[in-house]
Amino acid sequence: MDSADPIIRVRGLRNQFDDQIVHEALDLDVRRGEILGVVGGSGTGKSVLMRSIIGLQSPVAGEITVFGEQMLGREDAEVWQVRRRWGVLFQGGALFSTLTVAENVEVPIREFYPQLSEQLLDEIAAYKVVMTGLPAEAGPKYPSQLSGGMRKRAGLARALALDPELLFLDEPTAGLDPISAAAFDALILELKETLGLTVFLITHDLDTLYAICDRVAVLADRKVVAVGTIAELMALNHPWIQEYFNGPRGRAATQAVDRHKKVRSDQD
Amino acid sequence: MTSNAAHRMEERDGAQVLVLSGTMTLSGLGTLADDLERLPNPPHHIDLGEIDRIDTIGAWVIHRTQKRFAVPVSGGSGDVIRLLNQVTHAEQPVQIHPDHTPPWQRVMAEIGAGSIQAMRTLKGLLGFFGAVIMSLGHVITHPRKIRFHAVVHRFETVGVQALAIIGLMSFLIGIVIAQQGAVQLRQFGAEVFTINLIGRLTTRELGILMTAIMVAGRSGSAFAAQIGSMKLAEEVDAMRTIGVSPMEALVLPRIIATVVLMPLLGCYASLIAILGGGLFCWISLEIPPVTFVQRIREVVLITDLWVGLIKAPVFGWIIAMSGCFQGMQVQGNNEEVGLKTTAAVVQAIFLVIVLDAFFAVFFTSIGWN
Repeated sequence: MDSADPIIRVRGLRNQFDDQIVHEALDLDVRRGEILGVVGGSGTGKSVLMRSIIGLQSPVAGEITVFGEQMLGREDAEVWQVRRRWGVLFQGGALFSTLTVAENVEVPIREFYPQLSEQLLDEIAAYKVVMTGLPAEAGPKYPSQLSGGMRKRAGLARALALDPELLFLDEPTAGLDPISAAAFDALILELKETLGLTVFLITHDLDTLYAICDRVAVLADRKVVAVGTIAELMALNHPWIQEYFNGPRGRAATQAVDRHKKVRSDQD
Repeated sequence: MTSNAAHRMEERDGAQVLVLSGTMTLSGLGTLADDLERLPNPPHHIDLGEIDRIDTIGAWVIHRTQKRFAVPVSGGSGDVIRLLNQVTHAEQPVQIHPDHTPPWQRVMAEIGAGSIQAMRTLKGLLGFFGAVIMSLGHVITHPRKIRFHAVVHRFETVGVQALAIIGLMSFLIGIVIAQQGAVQLRQFGAEVFTINLIGRLTTRELGILMTAIMVAGRSGSAFAAQIGSMKLAEEVDAMRTIGVSPMEALVLPRIIATVVLMPLLGCYASLIAILGGGLFCWISLEIPPVTFVQRIREVVLITDLWVGLIKAPVFGWIIAMSGCFQGMQVQGNNEEVGLKTTAAVVQAIFLVIVLDAFFAVFFTSIGWN
């Protein structure tokens, strides 16, 4: 692991909608093999940051490199190679509604690797669907027939279709019940460990932060005010961070994690 | 830079060994999957020792080859074995595409579903009609419940804002009637009857009908979309829990506004169409405006105007009711809003034309012709 060579490197990012400045002089590094949680109050531009990195939003100024490739101001064809090394899970899953779950998973593979045989394609889609924890019956179902949690899993299966090295997750546990959310956290952690993924994770969910994030980046005042482990962040004297982690919900999540760890060590 | 995935057969201790090497990832795979499928003879075992990098897709390719020949693997590094276990673990038969039904069966099913849907819509529409009448009765007996602000606001969106487009449309229709009529009537030397055509056709039929179509497209669809998205955002449910009747707050103002405005818009449309026709007569047929107006006053009966004015509020009612009804039918997802909006317009125009035919027969039978 070479921290001098981050997978995502953002420097001096500036995003602006009319008069409203969302980001200014924003710097961020995402290291290889880590799960980086991105938190911030509503409207601090977490999603805008993600959209800037994956090229859905053109920043006014700044520099973004992914896998060492400059991303801004380049033709689509030039960043094609980079695009197929990442997967994105949008908030609602963003599945194509006219295709079944398994067909959805096949779309990116077909797009980037048209030479694969239909047979192999179907097999790949099948194990991807199962791997993300969906039941086999979900394969031929349309997104509208799935529950919110299953839709997220299907979205994750599609994001993982190309075996990406980098995964972007936009609030993956939002709107899920606590059991599904915990299962989703466990799934992401497991996939990260077996596939060696680097994960850029936007979340509001304190439990997710505690459970799976290696480091957390805090967005406030139009930039990343701090990056570090939760313990490091809690030692900082920033009012929003203090409020966030030491507020009633933050404390509850800390205690839950402590209890959980205790139970685990008791079992061992 | 690592090499692409490759395979070769090697003879080791008298047994054929399939050796896989290189980058067994999706991008490095190349044609390996196809090549392995075409292997004629089963190897004794598969050697994974020379694989540099692997992802799940590479692991899957190894897994399917191993499964086809039912042979063991050997020599894989930790990563390779882990991923191989991972994909083996995830192997389950999964159906990819939805079940296929034969076309004739699908056509029959669609006809059936369509018929049931049509009956349901008819029933729903009748029920809605009843509900509107009842809440109208309620509002009339409790006049303080009428939402004047909402009604006036609809006057603006349904009426005032539609003036320009309806005016332009009617003007052009007037010209077209005059021009087409003149071409045909010229053959009999009866060009002057173009004026009869313009005057009677616009006041009796086209002025109202075209206005109804325009209002259905502009306002009927807007009603369905507005109420539909309010339904999705649970605004309608919120109203009910607060004790506000959605019928009185949402539906009645729209219906009242459209019913009141349709005769006005229809009249306006007829006038503009006559104006357009007159202009054409003046320029192209050299009939001076004074003569034109005089002829119009002679040939257009007062009953023609009545025919138009009686139909207009009925059409307005139908359009607004279809829009609100379809809007109320929205449930589930955003796609529904689009579908119901389309349904509202189609339903409104269809009903307007059917009713127009009935009106034509009716007015003829009472001698207004």
